[in-house]
Amino acid sequence: MLIAEAVRARFGQPLSYIIARKQREAAQHILQSILSLPERRVSGFVEQLSEAMMKPWSGLPILVLSLFLMYEFVGVLGAQTLVDFLEESVFGAYINPWVNQMLASFIPWSVVRDLLGGQYGVITLGVRYAVAIILPIVGTFFLAFSVIEDSGYLPRLAMLIDRIFKKIGLNGRAVIPMVLGFGCDTMATIVTRTLETRRERLISTMLLALAIPCSAQLGVMLGLMAGQPKLLVLWAIIVTGIFLLIGFLAARVIPGERPMFYMELPPLRLPTLGNIIVKTYTRMEWYFREVFPLFILASVIIWFGRLTGLFDVVVNALEPLVSWLGLPDETAVAFLFGFFRRDYGAAGLYDLRSTMNGVQLLVSTVTMTLFVPCIAQFSVTIKERGLKTALAIFAFIFPFAFLVGGLLNKLLVILGVTI
Amino acid sequence: MKISESAQELLEILWVVTEEEAKAGLQKKDAPADGAGELVQHGLAEWKGNLLIPTLTGKPEATRAIRRHRLGERLLADVLTMEATLLDEHTCRLEHSLFDGLDESICTLLGHPRFCPHGRPIPLGECCREMRASVGRLIAPLCQLQPGQGGDIAYIQMNNPRRLQKLMAMGVLPGVSIKLFRRSPSFVFEAAYSQFAVDEEIAADIYVRLNGL
Repeated sequence: MLIAEAVRARFGQPLSYIIARKQREAAQHILQSILSLPERRVSGFVEQLSEAMMKPWSGLPILVLSLFLMYEFVGVLGAQTLVDFLEESVFGAYINPWVNQMLASFIPWSVVRDLLGGQYGVITLGVRYAVAIILPIVGTFFLAFSVIEDSGYLPRLAMLIDRIFKKIGLNGRAVIPMVLGFGCDTMATIVTRTLETRRERLISTMLLALAIPCSAQLGVMLGLMAGQPKLLVLWAIIVTGIFLLIGFLAARVIPGERPMFYMELPPLRLPTLGNIIVKTYTRMEWYFREVFPLFILASVIIWFGRLTGLFDVVVNALEPLVSWLGLPDETAVAFLFGFFRRDYGAAGLYDLRSTMNGVQLLVSTVTMTLFVPCIAQFSVTIKERGLKTALAIFAFIFPFAFLVGGLLNKLLVILGVTI
Repeated sequence: MKISESAQELLEILWVVTEEEAKAGLQKKDAPADGAGELVQHGLAEWKGNLLIPTLTGKPEATRAIRRHRLGERLLADVLTMEATLLDEHTCRLEHSLFDGLDESICTLLGHPRFCPHGRPIPLGECCREMRASVGRLIAPLCQLQPGQGGDIAYIQMNNPRRLQKLMAMGVLPGVSIKLFRRSPSFVFEAAYSQFAVDEEIAADIYVRLNGL
């Protein structure tokens, strides 16, 4: 200790700094005798592409293009083609009927039968959800994300977006959890760990819960608004606006250190197949260990809620709220299920789409997007941020989503807008 | 106004005590009698009971003296890379030869540094307030370079330990050659054979000895 003190007193600067400096000088000394660098570096396609990604005018179109490609891969191939196959052809045609048949012939108590099978059972809903919906969506998403990650695009995107993110109390690095959120908000909430300050973790967790729809929800929503590009554009503008507005306000209200942005920009590279497979596999394995139990839990809660009649009470309580939004009463059920799985709420709206006009569709999709996180995301939020923070986020989002929906409805009605 | 070196040092101590440590003044027992007497005689300080306090004319004089001292430290430590043990002695000698006006030129050459090597703030001069850059500069913070400009890193401003740590982790250290590529939307530079993107605050911590000067 004494020696450390004495050494510290000898130098005016932090010791770690002095040591780093000396190490660098030593390394430089060694390198000098063995390293020669070409005077001029060639500027090929890779350098030009890298440059284009960082210029705002070409960077934004590249971002839109990558999001579109990602949507085609995850939203169409994963969330539609593969999900349809696994849900309809595997679970719908073989597993569920088989489970239900076994239950019907071996278990005489309907309460237990409903826990395991039927419409909301642990196997028929919980396992089916995890394997038939989450597996293909999350699988394709992680695959796409690994490709993007290994290509070196993310740091360039982070630097492109840093100034905007600073306004909402985050720094460019937060694009990683935000982009992940479009895959699965639950996973993205866990990834907010990588942000440096408590303040950034809090703001990003809240924004993920509020305004970032996950791929499953997005898939159904896009189906819901398919063929109505005006509706889709309005929805995107409103949700983006709310994301920025709430982020901006949160940055003003929540105290803490200002965010700081620094990131290495590795050269752009073609990803190698082996790395991508290993990455995707480890992520999925980890994902299933963390999130799978929560789906089972959700099925048990749904079973319990229906068994005790608790759900009818909640649906009845939600009805005046949805009628304030100008929506049909049946949407209350969709909102309740939206808490158990985000896309399930959207799917509930999808079934009701023929009974709703354009304004109602817009109001309901906006409200559903903002509406509470799914139960898996909620429990991960408790784990990562603590119960108090999670409840506070919940207590903010729930009334806020309905407030925005209600005001949007009133505004559209007053203006006499028809979509 | 010409005062002795020991009186000037006392004036600097007086400034640190009143401005940085926010005390009312310097206790009589801590103030050498002849230096104190000289300051009082020149109207730079006065006795208030047992406390020596700077007068209205003494305060700006003291600020300038501190400024010269800390600028001198910056010059010796970072540009001429002098070791810390020798720093104090040489700075004291140097600051007395820095007459007013010369300190502004040095300040501008060094890119208007805000902190001395020990991390204590350097009082602003006229040149800093105007961000004067007309004199051919030797050193400038990275955030004031134009894309394509570069040089060797002269020193790192160390007032924020978190930022310093990041810079050290990036290998951004004095002596490393550095080149700025972009200023917008973030600062992109190359140092130690790697490219980095940083925000303006971090870019303002890196002081570069410009090439071609």
